[in-house]
Formats: sequence, C-alpha cells, structure tokens
Amino acid sequence: MTTKIEKAGPVGTPPPAPENIKAIPVRHYGRWVAAVITIALLALLISAFARGDVNWGAIPDYFFDGEVLKGVRNTVWITILSMVLGVALGIVLAVMRLSKNPVTASIAWGYIWFFRGTPVYVQLLVWFNLGLVFDYINIMPIYKDEWSDFMTPFLAALLGLGLNEAAYMAEICRAGIQSVDEGQSEAAQALGMSHAKTLRRVVLPQAMRVIVPPTGNEFINMLKTTSLVIAVQYWDLLQATSEVGQNSGATAEMLFLAAAWYLILTSVLSVGQYYLERYYARGSSRSLPATPLQRVRANLLSFSNRSGGVGA
Amino acid sequence: MTAMVKAEGVHKSFGPVQVLKGIDLEVAPREVFCLIGPSGSGKSTFLRCINHLEKINSGRLYVDGDLVGYRQKGDKLYELKDREVAEKRRDIGMVFQRFNLFPHMTALENVIEAPVQVKRETKAVARERALRLLDRVGLGDKAGNYPSQLSGGQQQRVAIARALAMEPKLMLFDEPTSALDPELVGEVLDVMRGLAEEGMTMIVVTHEMGFAREVGDSVVFMDDGVVVESGQPREVLTNPRHERTKSFLSKVL
Ligand SMILES: Nc1ncnc2c1ncn2[C@@H]1O[C@H](COP(=O)(O)OP(=O)(O)OP(=O)(O)O)[C@@H](O)[C@H]1O
Ligand SMILES: [Mg+2]
Repeated sequence: MTTKIEKAGPVGTPPPAPENIKAIPVRHYGRWVAAVITIALLALLISAFARGDVNWGAIPDYFFDGEVLKGVRNTVWITILSMVLGVALGIVLAVMRLSKNPVTASIAWGYIWFFRGTPVYVQLLVWFNLGLVFDYINIMPIYKDEWSDFMTPFLAALLGLGLNEAAYMAEICRAGIQSVDEGQSEAAQALGMSHAKTLRRVVLPQAMRVIVPPTGNEFINMLKTTSLVIAVQYWDLLQATSEVGQNSGATAEMLFLAAAWYLILTSVLSVGQYYLERYYARGSSRSLPATPLQRVRANLLSFSNRSGGVGA
Repeated sequence: MTAMVKAEGVHKSFGPVQVLKGIDLEVAPREVFCLIGPSGSGKSTFLRCINHLEKINSGRLYVDGDLVGYRQKGDKLYELKDREVAEKRRDIGMVFQRFNLFPHMTALENVIEAPVQVKRETKAVARERALRLLDRVGLGDKAGNYPSQLSGGQQQRVAIARALAMEPKLMLFDEPTSALDPELVGEVLDVMRGLAEEGMTMIVVTHEMGFAREVGDSVVFMDDGVVVESGQPREVLTNPRHERTKSFLSKVL
C-alpha cells in the first residue's frame, strides 16, 4: 500500500461510533385490511357452526375417553412403525436401484413399479385376505401357524402401509443420494473407505438434507393414511371415534373430535420436522436459521424498540 | 530400488474416446513429479488410474511394486475385490481441485474420519495426530470450523491434512490451486513445499510453473493422452525440445 488513509481523529483515540439511523418504518395498511376481512369471515363461519345442530359438549366429554385414547396411541404407533419400515426399506431399495448390479437394480425397479402402481387401500385388503392364497404360514424351523391367526389386523396394517411407503421413500432417497456431489464419494474412496462406509458416513448424511423435508411430508401423510386401516379392522383413531360415535349417537361430533386429534398430531410432527431439518442443515450454511422461539423473541425485541426508540 | 509408480503402456478409453494412449513413466521414491499439459490431455485421468478410481484398459500400472487393481498369477490377471482395492488406496493420498471436504463435518472431523473409520484407530490417537497436522498446515485454530466457514485456501490445506492423516507413502495432487484466488495459492504451495522437503513422494498436476521449477524433481508434459516430453524442470520448462511443449509453455507462462 502506498496511499495513506486519512484518519478521522488523532492517532490513538478511536473514532466516535456512528449514530444509528432513526427512521419511521413503512406502514403496511394492506395487511390490516386483510386481517380485518379474514377475522370477519372466520367469525361468520364459527357462528354458523355454533348455531348448527351439533352437540358440542360431546367432544370434550369424549376427548380423553379410554377407547379414543387407545385409538390415538394405535394411530401414532402404526404411523411410526410403518414409517420406520418404509424409510429403512426405502433406503435399501434406493441403494439397490443405484447399484451397478443389474439384478438388484431390476428387483428394486419392479418393487417400486408394483407398490406405487396400486392403491394402498387395495394393498391393505390384499394383505388381510392373503389367507385365500395361503392357508398356512410355514417358515420351516421357526414358525408355523394358520394364516388368519398370523395375519393380525396390526400386521396387515403395518405391511400394507410400510411396504407401500417404502416405494415412495425409495424414490425420495434416490433423489437425495443423487444430489450429493460425486466428488464426495470419490474423496471417501480415495481415503480407502469401502462402498458401504462411504454411503453411511459421507453420502447419506449429506443426502439427508434433501431427504428429510419430503420425508416429513410423508410422515404427516402417513398419519392421515392410517385412517384407511379401518379396512383391516385395526383399532385406530378413526375406528375408535366411529365406534364411540355409533354407541353414543354423536356420529358427526366424533368425526370433529377425530379431526381435532389428527390436527394436533400433525402439528406436533410439523414442529419435529422443523428441528430435524435444522439439524441436517448444519455445515451447509454459515449460520443456522433462527428457531421460531428465537424469532418470536427477536420480533418482540424489535417491537419494543419501535416504541422505545432505536436502542442498541 | 523399486519405483513408487511405474506405468507401462497405460491406455484408458471412455467408450470410443481414447484418453490415455500409452503412458510410460516412472516416479522414484521421494521424488516430486510434476505433470503439466493442456486441458483435456488426460492428466486427471492418469492420476485417477493410479489409485484405481478409473480402470485402465491395457498396459500395466504399478504402485510400490504392486500391480494396481489386479493380482497376477502366472500369466493370468485377477481383478482385486473392492475391499482389497480400498486397502491399497489407504496408502495413497489424493488432493482434489475442488477440495471435496466433507461439508457435514468440521475440519477436525474431516481429518480423523478415515483413520478412525478405515484404520480403526481410537478417536484419541487420531485426534492428536489430526490436531498436529492441522497445526502444521497452519490451521490449528480452525479445527472446529465447518468447511463452509473456511476460505478456499484453508479448505485445501485441511484436505491435505486429511490425506496426510492416513500416513500415505504417495500423494497425488490434481491441480490443487486451480480453484483458488491468486492470493490464496501461495499458502497451499507452501504446505506442499514443506511436504516435498520432508521427502514425501508426490505427483502434482499443476499449472504453477514456478512451483514445478523450484520444487519439482522432474516434469512431464502430456498432450492428447501421450507423454510428449519429460526431464528435469529446468530443461523442460526453459529449453523445451518439442514444438507442442513450446507453444503450451508460451501460453501459460
Ligand atoms: N468419466 C468420463 N467419461 C467420459 N469422458 C471422460 C471422463 N473423464 C474424462 N473424460 C474425458 O477425458 C479427457 C481427459 O480428461 P482429463 O480430466 O483427464 O483431462 P485433464 O488433462 O485433467 O484436463 P484439465 O486440465 O481440464 O483438468 C477429456 O476429453 C474428458 O472429456
Ligand atoms: Mg484435470
């Protein structure tokens, strides 16, 4: 450097901190108008429901009913198990599909073709009725039973939902694996890592960033799709509320109750998904996005700043 | 003394396109071997053949006396299993143009990954060596940073430390400074110079003629899949005998 920069003050004393800008923020009148209209419409809707022939009292009465709670537990349980089965098998299928071995690649292709090409409702019914094909299940040394005893509603539901899900998860995982730069597996292999280790330690963790968001959606979808297991007589939330509804005469009310439970469950899942995405974003951006809690706090702070003048 | 790398008539094609058309060369232990040549001449491909990231179509390639990718019994060649190929790669470090650090791991985790996962070293041992290596490449204070929080030059130095953590007997560099801003090139070359002084055998694909001249023990000029000219850096870089070498050097210098 040959040019000397003119310093603001005499050497040694730090320059005074610049004054912060004080300005009146832009007013968004449109937002206020939209909010007022929305609230008015909501109020109309609510009053319509309130005046309708609905016995609202029945909902809180049965909200924590033993049978309903059992249904909630079963719905959560079958959702989690089906997703675990779906994700695990989906990853295996994705890896098979991408492998250089033509046999495993075609098996995976055929699996995905079949399970994505038929409705999950039909698949559930087929699992439940496979007894028509197989009278007995006979895994020679380990297990032998009549099919109808073996294929419980739970197992039919799990297989029906999980195996179907695996086909969708396979496609999601494949997209995730393919999104990872080839240089990554090359670097891992150059370090002497095996294919399996490269996949597990290097590729999959990076693929997760692409895999997790759609998987969260799949999870939420699965939670709702479990309502189909009524077809195999599994005691899920919908089955429980319908039963209670029929016994108590509050059929429609119990449907509202079921909807409320589903909403609560999906909301919990959405929050979980948010934090999972945050976790897998680490290292990919310089700083993680704020959590909702942090954002609320920041908003409150900026709000108090607006009234109290510009603070530091 | 066996050569560290020996190539005899190495050919490599991608489909109908012949990329390497009979490469013969020898790299002695402790030698710094610089590979120069125009884009598309097959330098990267040759480097990748050395650790069997690419399979050669004909010829023979030896690393430290062992055939790369095959085992010879009588006059028959048997392909090595994936596991055996991976085992050989442990002894060969590779540094890439685009660094290829693992973005989901910190600098330190990048460096201890292979020793722990591949060599089954304990975390403590690997960590100690990793910190020493990071210190040595001038990044002792960046161990906890993710690659996205490092400059290009810093990332490349971590990548070198990562390769060194496997204690390789041979290091391959594929244009390690080409993706760097000019002011960051020096810090990476300094690390490589230090390695050369310690006697590491290095094959360096580079466009840094200054580095080739100062640090290189020999220089090979490749064009269109063949070795056009080779010799001591002083000869090849200042008194090239071939027309093609001359015209290439006049463009890059
Ligand atoms: N996987 C591949 N499939 C098909 N062609 C390839 C493949 N890899 C390299 N090539 C071709 O081989 C030729 C040599 O490539 P290579 O990367 O070895 O050149 P290079 O000398 O390293 O060039 P650069 O200086 O640009 O890195 C190029 O024409 C390239 O298109
Ligand atoms: Mg190249």
